[in-house]
Amino acid sequence: MSGYTEGIIILLCINAIAAMGVSLLTGFTGIFSLGHAAYMALGAYTTAILTIQHGVHWFPAILCGGIVAVVVAYLIGVPTLRLLGDYYAIASIGLGEAIRLILENWQSVTRGARGYPGIDPYTTLPVAAGIFIVLAIGMFNLINSRFGRACKACRDDYIASSLLGFNTARIRVVSLMISAFYCGVAGALLGGFLSFIQPVMFDMLKSTELTAVVVFGGLGSMSGALLGTAVITLVTELFRPISQYRMLIYGAVLVIVMVIRPEGIMGNRELLSWIKAPFRRKA
Amino acid sequence: MTAFFELSNVTKNFGGVQAVSSMSFSIAKGELTGLMGPNGAGKTTIFNLISGVYDPDEGSILFKGEDLVPLKTYQVTSRGIARTFQNLRLFQRSTVLENVMTSAQYHIHYTFAEGMTHLGRWRRKEKEIHEKSMDLLSRVGLADRAEQAAGTLPYGHQRRLEIARALALDPELLLLDEPAAGMNAEEVGSLNVLIRDIHRDFNLTTLVIEHHMDLVMEICPHIICMNFGAKIAEGTPDEIQNHPEVLRAYLGEEEVE
Repeated sequence: MSGYTEGIIILLCINAIAAMGVSLLTGFTGIFSLGHAAYMALGAYTTAILTIQHGVHWFPAILCGGIVAVVVAYLIGVPTLRLLGDYYAIASIGLGEAIRLILENWQSVTRGARGYPGIDPYTTLPVAAGIFIVLAIGMFNLINSRFGRACKACRDDYIASSLLGFNTARIRVVSLMISAFYCGVAGALLGGFLSFIQPVMFDMLKSTELTAVVVFGGLGSMSGALLGTAVITLVTELFRPISQYRMLIYGAVLVIVMVIRPEGIMGNRELLSWIKAPFRRKA
Repeated sequence: MTAFFELSNVTKNFGGVQAVSSMSFSIAKGELTGLMGPNGAGKTTIFNLISGVYDPDEGSILFKGEDLVPLKTYQVTSRGIARTFQNLRLFQRSTVLENVMTSAQYHIHYTFAEGMTHLGRWRRKEKEIHEKSMDLLSRVGLADRAEQAAGTLPYGHQRRLEIARALALDPELLLLDEPAAGMNAEEVGSLNVLIRDIHRDFNLTTLVIEHHMDLVMEICPHIICMNFGAKIAEGTPDEIQNHPEVLRAYLGEEEVE
């Protein structure tokens, strides 16, 4: 396999992990976020600092990256997710910008806007693929469990779900924390893949792209999020030779799908439900 | 002795409108009670006050001796109270089965980690949730519709599904908000039987809101009638039927020239 193909696959894995995180929050719990790149940044910087300045092995460092993202998600989620409505979406814009500005200006720790070079290239194909597979299995299991049903219930009708005994605020916060963990890990892997991170990589554009991919794949479909990632990542890579037009194509693909199929590629169904449906025995 | 369920002097204002004014009544354990009154009498507000969607301005709501007023909605559920909604609040996009499973899981636990790995008790407990839900669906006659999206069910069936979903919480007190709204006469007939049967078989104390007099009269031995947010009569169907205030509320005032 050429280094280039390998690179694309690694990138696919990283983007897919982040997309699964956003899909759980936006697609399954019904909370829009416009700042999820911040969690990726937290994961990436935590891991970079731990591995380079403290000599921590990359694996626990990646976990720490995820955990830092979770802690920040908790702190921002508790006050904003108790409220109904789009307060979190607004707060997340602020979070995204705040984190980026902190990274740019906290020179002594983050080396500022010039970026953080010299990260160990620990994100090899087996590492990226392995972590992706483990996290994907976890996520698909999760949405087919009590917690997954609870998220969907809170998304569809918060009054009904709170009367079915769900503490809806708590479920929203937990969903955000898991989502942040996935994005934190994705960010950490991105750092190890590029060996270099820079605050501008985790700007508003990246955040909107994360949410766009999930909407594109289908809100409420985890396999849709993966498919959306694959399409968007491949479109941007395949058209790299015509670099000045590729964002045009990226935009066009998004617009066309949203016009033709506003519910996203998969709607709220999973890939497996189509394959399995004809054989499913009558319950 | 404290009553099983007791509302005392409950008042609720919305702006200048007094939706419920010092309403008091009590229900004994195992009773099937009807709460009737014309549209806008404040019946649904009473349910919203009981289930914690609103907090009353005054008064207390005691269930087995505990005041429900300070509790949040999800805590009210944990005390053993379940309700249905007048304007159906099903999870429309989910299947009929998933709707019931979402509430059947309330008493069937496994940990988050077991859910994420599908190890440990996951398989056994999910099966339990599934079986319990299917049992309830066959109870309300929807077992053959289990895989259908809830939003595509006929109206009458959606009402039955709401009842199944509430029953999955194993409540002691079941609140049914206009279960017959939008149903035809035939459907109402079979709904009557259903309400009476589940009331008996699940050992419930049931409070039914209806504005259709005949439905309440037929199944509820104990009836409370309200109008303009206040109780106007209480008693057996016979007493209610001939109560002058009730007749006035339903048929209007006799005009005196």
